[in-house]
Amino acid sequence: MLEFILERGNYWAIIGLMMIGLYTLFAATNLIKRLVGLSIFQTSIILFYISLSRIDGGTAPILYGKDAKGHGGGHGEEAAAAYGADAAHGAADAAHGAASHGFEHVYSNPLPHVLMLTAIVVGVATLAVGLAIVVRIREAYGTIEADEIRDMDLDVALAQYAEDHPGEANPA
Amino acid sequence: MSQKTDHHVILRVVAKPLIPIISLFAFYVQFHGDYSPGGGFQAGVIFAVAVILYALIFGIAPAMRAVPPVFTRSLAAFGFLLYAGVGVWALIMGGNFLDYDALFNEPPGGHDGQHYGILLIELGVLLAVAGSMLSIFYAFAGRVTEIKDEDW
Amino acid sequence: MTGYEGADLAIALINVILLGLLFVVAIAIARMRSLFAIVMLSGIYSLISATWFVALDAVDVAFTEAAVGAGISTALLLGAMLLTSRTAKPEKRSTAIVPLLVVIAVGCMLVYATIDLPAFGDPDSPANTYVGTAYIERTPQDIGVPNIVTAVLASYRGFDTLGEVGVVFAAALAVILLLGFGERSLSATIGRKDKGGRG
Repeated sequence: MLEFILERGNYWAIIGLMMIGLYTLFAATNLIKRLVGLSIFQTSIILFYISLSRIDGGTAPILYGKDAKGHGGGHGEEAAAAYGADAAHGAADAAHGAASHGFEHVYSNPLPHVLMLTAIVVGVATLAVGLAIVVRIREAYGTIEADEIRDMDLDVALAQYAEDHPGEANPA
Repeated sequence: MSQKTDHHVILRVVAKPLIPIISLFAFYVQFHGDYSPGGGFQAGVIFAVAVILYALIFGIAPAMRAVPPVFTRSLAAFGFLLYAGVGVWALIMGGNFLDYDALFNEPPGGHDGQHYGILLIELGVLLAVAGSMLSIFYAFAGRVTEIKDEDW
Repeated sequence: MTGYEGADLAIALINVILLGLLFVVAIAIARMRSLFAIVMLSGIYSLISATWFVALDAVDVAFTEAAVGAGISTALLLGAMLLTSRTAKPEKRSTAIVPLLVVIAVGCMLVYATIDLPAFGDPDSPANTYVGTAYIERTPQDIGVPNIVTAVLASYRGFDTLGEVGVVFAAALAVILLLGFGERSLSATIGRKDKGGRG
């Protein structure tokens, strides 16, 4: 039971972080604070993907040592120098079931890393677009509080309605 | 910019040697992306950060004189075209789109096409990301502040 | 049983400390009203998660998160904050209960879903066995590049990355269309400065 909890505690903590981001996104009326909440939410999802890609006893997915020398065309020395610390040696046996295919070391799954790397860059691009829209909203309305903007829109709509239908009672 | 900002003198003295080192580090990250963590995305962002740091410390106008907004926009477009151009090159050489093995029509087992293909598209990513990030920064920083001092 | 026993105790300790820090920062962001503090804390949040990525062996992702999340996003958020406002309005206590209920409900459902997930660090989990392992095996013969992340990013999934670069470029275009190129408004800023206003 304790083992079950420990194995999944990471996921639960990440879900907690995700929910704090979601709460900020929901509860804040300030648009910039909402965008920060959105980016917390996004970072938490990235954390989740990366924690799924981890392999026990694995190391960063950069071939080093004999793995790189065997095929890499002589380029392995630099990688070996940069990652010379043999962190994976001792624990490598733990993960030999699936991840060893004639390699000396065990490497983490690189695919989620690639997907999340591009997701981070695209995330900042979309954040920039969101902020640009917030700046334009500030210039048009004079405020970036969502409820004030809604009230203003409602007032304008009511005034428009009263103009179009003179003599009628207020629809609200 | 003016003599009034003299209390930032330490900041400016420290930043001046730091900014070239940051740019150099961006290119290190770029060209060592095959062997160590890094690549076009990170290098592009670091390069953009070097210019942004310059803009924050020495003012936006000198930064725009050093790296004009027209240049950053063209850089972003050129980077994207460079990336797509490598794909078209592979198409012309008879391979699939972005199939680097076809670039030099080398026999199986050769890695030259892959090496040069990755180098070129990482360069495209660097230019596109650095140009886009700087364009975005200039768009925000160059905008007239309508907020009044009393609001602060 | 693979899973937690195989993991180093130090790594587990680092996980707990970093996750705790992330919680503290996230709750502070949710409760704060000063936008400046919120923006700075979001940069710190990115930096702590970058540290955690290193502990999870995702060095490339950590690098990107540190450069993008803590660098560029903070600069952009500060720039936008300068153009808008400095403090957020306090949330109304009466309306805060609805989002809280929604969030708790969603969180409970997600936690229920994790019961079926493979254990943390399981090498035999479906996500870690098929295509990810194939990339590790084939990279030395196919690409000849030691960094598998670069190989997958630039070669195996080059088309994907082309799309991402296109998204970044399109976002820059969108921001330029919304806010202007920067030079014209800059000249207006300088003109204002001469008259004694702030830029």
